[in-house]
Parts: sequence; structure tokens; C-alpha cells
Amino acid sequence: MSELRAQLREWRAAVQQRLPPWSSRTLAGLLLVIGIVLPFLFSSSSAFMNATIIALAYAVMSLGLNIVVGFAGLLDLGYVAFYALGAYSLGWFGSGFFFKAHVHVLVSPVASTLLGVHLNFILILIGAALICAAAGVVIGLPTLRLRGDYIAIVTLAFGEIIADVAVNGQSVHIGGGMTLTAGNLGISAVDSPYFPGIGSFNLLNLRPWYWLIFAILLFVLFVNLRLRDSRLGRAWVALREDEVAAVSMGIPLVKTKLSAYAIGAAFGGMSGAFFGTYYTVVNAGQFQFGFSIFILAMVIIGGLGSIWGAVVGGLALGYINNYLIPDVLNNFPSKLGFNFQLTSVEFGIFGFLLVIMMILRPQGLIPERRRRLEMTAGIGAEDAQLVETQGPAGGPI
Amino acid sequence: MSPVETPAPPAVAVLRAEHITKMFGGLVAVNDVSFYVPQHSIVSLIGPNGAGKTTLFNMLTGLYRPTEGRILLGERDITRARPDVITKHGVARTFQNIRLFGAMTAVENVMVGHHAQMRAGLFGSIFRPPRVRREELQTREHARELLAYVGLREPVFDRLASQLPYGDQRRVEIARALASKPRLLLLDEPTAGMNPNESQALTEFMRTLRDDLKLTILLIEHDMKVVMGVSERVTVLDYGKKIAEGEPAVVRADPGVIEAYLGRQE
Repeated sequence: MSELRAQLREWRAAVQQRLPPWSSRTLAGLLLVIGIVLPFLFSSSSAFMNATIIALAYAVMSLGLNIVVGFAGLLDLGYVAFYALGAYSLGWFGSGFFFKAHVHVLVSPVASTLLGVHLNFILILIGAALICAAAGVVIGLPTLRLRGDYIAIVTLAFGEIIADVAVNGQSVHIGGGMTLTAGNLGISAVDSPYFPGIGSFNLLNLRPWYWLIFAILLFVLFVNLRLRDSRLGRAWVALREDEVAAVSMGIPLVKTKLSAYAIGAAFGGMSGAFFGTYYTVVNAGQFQFGFSIFILAMVIIGGLGSIWGAVVGGLALGYINNYLIPDVLNNFPSKLGFNFQLTSVEFGIFGFLLVIMMILRPQGLIPERRRRLEMTAGIGAEDAQLVETQGPAGGPI
Repeated sequence: MSPVETPAPPAVAVLRAEHITKMFGGLVAVNDVSFYVPQHSIVSLIGPNGAGKTTLFNMLTGLYRPTEGRILLGERDITRARPDVITKHGVARTFQNIRLFGAMTAVENVMVGHHAQMRAGLFGSIFRPPRVRREELQTREHARELLAYVGLREPVFDRLASQLPYGDQRRVEIARALASKPRLLLLDEPTAGMNPNESQALTEFMRTLRDDLKLTILLIEHDMKVVMGVSERVTVLDYGKKIAEGEPAVVRADPGVIEAYLGRQE
């Protein structure tokens, strides 16, 4: 087995040496072309297209969480909060939910006759990113003095708080008979994306939805790649690797950590806003704790800290969750004579996959070059003392 | 034992610590210590294990806040400043147990040291205008120069720091500290784990640093050969208190120092 591996490694190195320097660019270009023409290969309202769209939106979230957990090493178990806030941004600013208001900016002719706040989807996307970035800073502040597991607990609580607010928001009156959320009933009849010259999207033709989320993914991917090899990206990794050494090298702790939370949250919000309009309803029941873990599993299966890993992890779990299990293999157990459907044991399947991954390939599908398993790294007692000057939340460190 | 009186510091002291005390709960780790570091000098801080030397370093670099007293960098009071701000004002350090960013290459480690010198913000990093592109290239180039300057060779520049041999890691750490363009360099036991030849080479290198880069160096050191060979001044701590200070020859002959190191003779 190990000989085989060594042989494979040798071959790979030999192939990599022979590849011309432009090969990676060509590969990226090829993937881009495939990504653009993909919808033409499938029926415009097929289950596969639906699964692809959801998988791409998962990949956007996975890329966002990867910045927080993978780059900056801050274990965030409440990422679903940003999905929720992004989706509610869409519900608030792209539906008739705030029926006392009459605001219409660059929306379809139909929507501009309706009550409520109706903004163009791109504006909502930007708004969702900003709202979530602000929320990311709010969740980041109390975790600044914490490390490792304790960060996980605080973020977990934050995710639960947002989920509870989403459920109980229907009893929060904000005047004029309007409430904050619609609880488990959901905010429905949300606007579909509309672009002048293209028209409104509808769910009979999924191709425009696909290109929209594909464009969002490309944008998020671009930002990720640029940030990784930048002053800020290095500062994140430095903080992850050794906080004490990093601040001693001139990296401002508060600013750098909060920027990781904010940017990671912004991407979650963008994906959430897309889900809001794609699912046509913003329902409090969507924002379960399990979803935070699901996104984290994408990042880990892909390879913690690896950008391409996050994309592959998001796509892989997206397809498994929304295509392979419900559409392809769902009746597989009954063919074997068992009396259950595969969808009813999907969490068991994900758990099994994670365990298999941890045994066979703990570094993830596409490991980061600067790979390191943060979760298992010990936290020295000496370090714990050294943060005493990092000040109370909100103050300068 | 009364604290040793510090003579009035010269006008060109880079660093002055005035009556600093650090308590951890009831434990007094550093007790009313005053000392200064003249410009372009090499000053050593010595003392038995647990004397409070590294605690003192941590206060000078902002990782700890002194319980009492104040620290002046030139004319600037840095007693309560954040570590990154102190670094920005020209203090860089290395650590007793090497603290490199293991998952980054040697060059990237040194580039992190450039952080405070760089300007690229969030949007600059994302959209990478020519200004940011140029800064990034220059930083990388300068990082390579620094690595060469501390005596590393090209092949190790792009290797992960955690995979470098011990001696090379020490060098990368010094290069990383130099990257922040310090006026004052703090070295915490730089010769730990080195053989006599390597220690000798490092001693020479410290002089070169001071003369080439117009640096001032404060070091914690256990190797008396290094201390006596390189320092202009020596400050001795024992149980958190300063027990001697002055030129190396004077300090070496000080009965209090001998007692601290060898124990009292009955």
C-alpha cells in the first residue's frame, strides 16, 4: 500500500514537472467554460439542475466558513446565523412583508406595483453581505479573548440565538402591525431576481438561476484567492499558527480577527439571500444547528484552509444531499428488501462519510499547502496567560 | 538587599524601564526593576532560571502590562501600548522557544514581519491595483534579501518553516524580526541549543547587525562567553529583582551575582 502511494506520488511529481507553466491557467479556463455551458447539457428544470444550483450555493457558504475556520483558525459552529440573516435580508427587502412601506428600486414592473420593500436582487445581495459582516463583527467581539473550544461554544450559542429570534420574531412587533419575522409560517411570495433586459427569473427555467449563483461563486472564489496571497491572508494564517508571535510581529489582533469573521459572514449572507429567493420562502425552520455542522463538514471534507477544497467539499455534499440520496439512490434499500428510504438516514450517511474521511484522508480531499490540523493542535498554558493584555471585548487589545 | 541604583540614563537611551513591577496574583515576577538601553549598544539581561527575564521581555513588547512602573521607547510611553503598536514603533523580538508560523514558508514568515510596513487594505488586497502589486513584489524581494542576509540559502526559502533544521529556524526568526525595521531588537536566548562555534558566529552577527543596521540589541542569554564577549552593559535579575548592573567585567566580579549563580558559601 505504502509502496503504491510512493509510486503514485512519483508519477504525479513527474507529470507536474512536464506540464507547461500555463497549464493551471488553461485548466481554470476550461473549468470556467464547462461551468458556463453546463446548463445546456441538461433539461432546464431537471432535478440535476436544481441540485447543481443548491450545490453551488453551498460552495459559496463553504468558502465563507473556510475563511473563518480554515484561514484564521476560529472554529465557528454558528455559521447558520449568517444563512438566516442573508435570507431574512431578502425577505425584508424583496417581498411584501413590510406592507406599510412603499419602496421600489430597479425591480420588475409587476413587483413595483406591490406593497412592501422591493429592491433589486443585486442591491439585496450587497445589503445582505453588509448586514452579515456587521453581525460577524458582533459575534466576533465576545470571542476575541477566547481560544479553540471556547470560541466554538460562543459561536454555537450565537447561531442558536439567531434561530430562536427567527422563530419568535413573529411576536416581535415593529409597528404598524408588522413583525420582525414570520416564524415557522415563513415570509413567502418573495421577489424573484429581476434584471432589466433579461426579465424576472422563474422556476420553470432554472438556467438563469444557475448562471446567477455561478457568477456569485466566481466572485467569492476570486476574493478568496486574492485574499489568501495578500497581507491580510498571511496575517490570518499567522494568527492561526501562533497568536503571540503574530501580534509581536505587528499584526493587530482585533482588527485582523474581526475582518475574518466579517468577510466569512458576508459570503454566508450572500448565499443565504440567494437561497431566500430560490426557495421562494424564508422560513425559520430552515436555520437549524445541524446546518452549521453541515457547512463545517464541507470545509473539513474539502480540506481545512484550502480554497479549492472548500469548493469541492461544498459541491460534493451538495450533490450527495440533494441529488444522489433523494433522486438516485433513495429506493436502493427497498431493492435490497429493507423497508426505509435513504433520505431518512441521510445524517447517518454524512456521519459515516466524515468518519471514513478522517481515517483515510484526514487532510481533506484537496489539502491546503499550509496544511495543519487546527482542531487537534494543543493550546499551551503559557499562551493562555499571554493573552491577558488582549483587553476586554470592544476595547483596544 | 536594597535595589541597585541606576545612574541617570544618557540622553540617547532607546529604551528606559522605570520601576516596573509585574505581579501574577500574589507572585511578584518582576519587582521594581529600572534599567536603560543606550543607543547602538548591546545590552544583556542575565539571571538564573525563573528570575523574570522573559516576563520583562513580555512587558517590553506589550504582551504583558506592568502592574506598576512605566516603559519609555525614546520619548514615547509604551507602558500600555498593544504589542502590534510597539512593533510598529520599532521594537522587534525573537522567542526563547522558537515561534515561527510552522505552516508558512520561510519567505512568508518574513513577509508577516513586514506587516506593519505594508499598506494594502482589504479592498487593495482584493482588487490588487498596481500600487499593491508593487508592494507585494517588493516585500517578497526584501524578505528573500533578509533571509540571505541572515545566512540562509535559496533552496530553503520556499520550504515550510516547520521543516527547517533548528539552526535555520533561529535564523528565519531573526530575519522575521528584522523585517519590521526595528530600532531595538530583543533576542530571547538566541544561542540556546547552539554549539560553541555557532554561538561564536551569532556573537559576530550581533555586532554586524548593530553596525550595519544601526540597531540596538537587548538580549537574554545564559552563555556567559557570549554575554561577556558582546555586551557593553549587563543587567542581572534574581527573583524578579535587579541585583547588579554595569560593564561586564564589573558585573562578573560582583559578589551578589556570584552568590545568585553559585549559591551562598557558608
